[in-house]
Amino acid sequence: MSDSTEHLVKSFDNDLKRLRDMLTEMGGIVESQLAMAAQAILNRDAVVAMRAVEEDPKVDALEREVEQFVIQMLALRQPMAGDLRRIVAALKITGDLERIGDYAANVAKRSVVLGQYNLPYSLAGLAHMATLVQEQLKSIMDALGTSDTAKAVEVWRSDRVVDDIYNALFRELITYMMEDPRNITPCTHLLFIAKNLERIGDHTTNIAETVYYAVEGEAIPDVRPKGDTSAYTVVKPKE
Amino acid sequence: MSMTTAPSESQNTSFGNVQARAASAMNPARISIDNLDFYYGEHKALKGIGLDLPDRQVTGMIGPSGCGKSTLLRVLNRMYDLYPGQRATGQVMMDEMNIIDPKVDVNALRARVGMVFQKPTPFPMTIYENIAFGVKLHERLSRSAMDERVEWSLTRAALWGEVKDRLNTSAMGLSGGQQQRLCIARTIAVRPEVILLDEPTSALDPISTLKIEELIDELKHDFTIAIVTHNMQQAARCADQVAFFYLGEMVECAPAAQIFTAPKQKRTQEYVTGRFG
Repeated sequence: MSDSTEHLVKSFDNDLKRLRDMLTEMGGIVESQLAMAAQAILNRDAVVAMRAVEEDPKVDALEREVEQFVIQMLALRQPMAGDLRRIVAALKITGDLERIGDYAANVAKRSVVLGQYNLPYSLAGLAHMATLVQEQLKSIMDALGTSDTAKAVEVWRSDRVVDDIYNALFRELITYMMEDPRNITPCTHLLFIAKNLERIGDHTTNIAETVYYAVEGEAIPDVRPKGDTSAYTVVKPKE
Repeated sequence: MSMTTAPSESQNTSFGNVQARAASAMNPARISIDNLDFYYGEHKALKGIGLDLPDRQVTGMIGPSGCGKSTLLRVLNRMYDLYPGQRATGQVMMDEMNIIDPKVDVNALRARVGMVFQKPTPFPMTIYENIAFGVKLHERLSRSAMDERVEWSLTRAALWGEVKDRLNTSAMGLSGGQQQRLCIARTIAVRPEVILLDEPTSALDPISTLKIEELIDELKHDFTIAIVTHNMQQAARCADQVAFFYLGEMVECAPAAQIFTAPKQKRTQEYVTGRFG
């Protein structure tokens, strides 16, 4: 998120660059966590899963660092207008990234548990979902770096696809559980994994809104896509 | 299926509904400026200014030195009359009166539009006389009515408590911040409708500055206020609407929250973020 002209006070530009760099670094780590979590599900790879979990403290530390730096900038620079929006955006984005990192780590942990079960069905749907949210996260971090609001809106809209896959998976997993109670434990883990991925999509959407506001000074002029409808899914017992 | 979704989901948390709140309605105009040009001899210092000062609200004027903001303030109570070669054209309407019309009685105008300057300018007389002096020019009051007026204006200017036991001592003995509040008291003593403040706190320490800002917030219940300031944070803290001036033009005027979070014009954005150049 850069501006064409420079500040009269050069060190302010350096501060803003440092803030950008911290977010980029954080985004990079979280993206890799998510990639590892996806790999862990697909390949039943516990080693990769643990690596994803181990990245979490780094993300948490960066979040604290960004928070402190933002507070310091607000106090010392008293930013206005575009600068103010970008700095507050950084504070929000760091929070979203931290949550995404947590969800990715949780997905990775559950994949380890899943490794103990013989699953009678394919995990391709889940893996596809993981790939999608990973791509979206990458896109939104790019959009953040280049102040590309068209790209941000694209990411914002594409969350719809993730939600649709989630809703389909939700129904599918319930079917397996009804077929055989022994499926309940692994399917519950799978449901949580799917839910975590869906939440990652939501946080990515939040970042898209934040990027748009930071750059344009106004909210995305549209209504947010509907999202997770599984709460309304009613499963009626057969009579 | 309650296991699926926590209700805390942030659907529709849109970040950036600032304008919705910022666009809180402005009052009708107390002074309405339209197509105002101002000349210092040949030099055109204001170019086609159009701006409303909303009734009983604070208008902040910001911009780099030489942008015309102080000039505009000087137009509003005809301060320029004293200088030959300075003239204004256009409309500055206050009710049915065009302020810049040469036929306007300047003394009567200045009773309606008072001004406070950058440096405190107490008269070398007692605190009491500083307030009574201006009132006597416009009204004949009995001694007790004058006492009341002095107390009222000093109270409104948040100075009464500090000076009530020394009204007959010289105003020159007051601190800078007290002197500036005395000047504000002197201005409001003639019960104007509009108060013009030209950098009223630039010579004051931070605490005196905050006292003046609190006073502005208090006074706007009764008076329409225009404040010129170089301190952007001050404009952000005090003003309901902010007008940004550059090279004699008014670039943008909007609610303060909008000017300082999401100005529409690129030049405003560059100025308020400290990128000018």
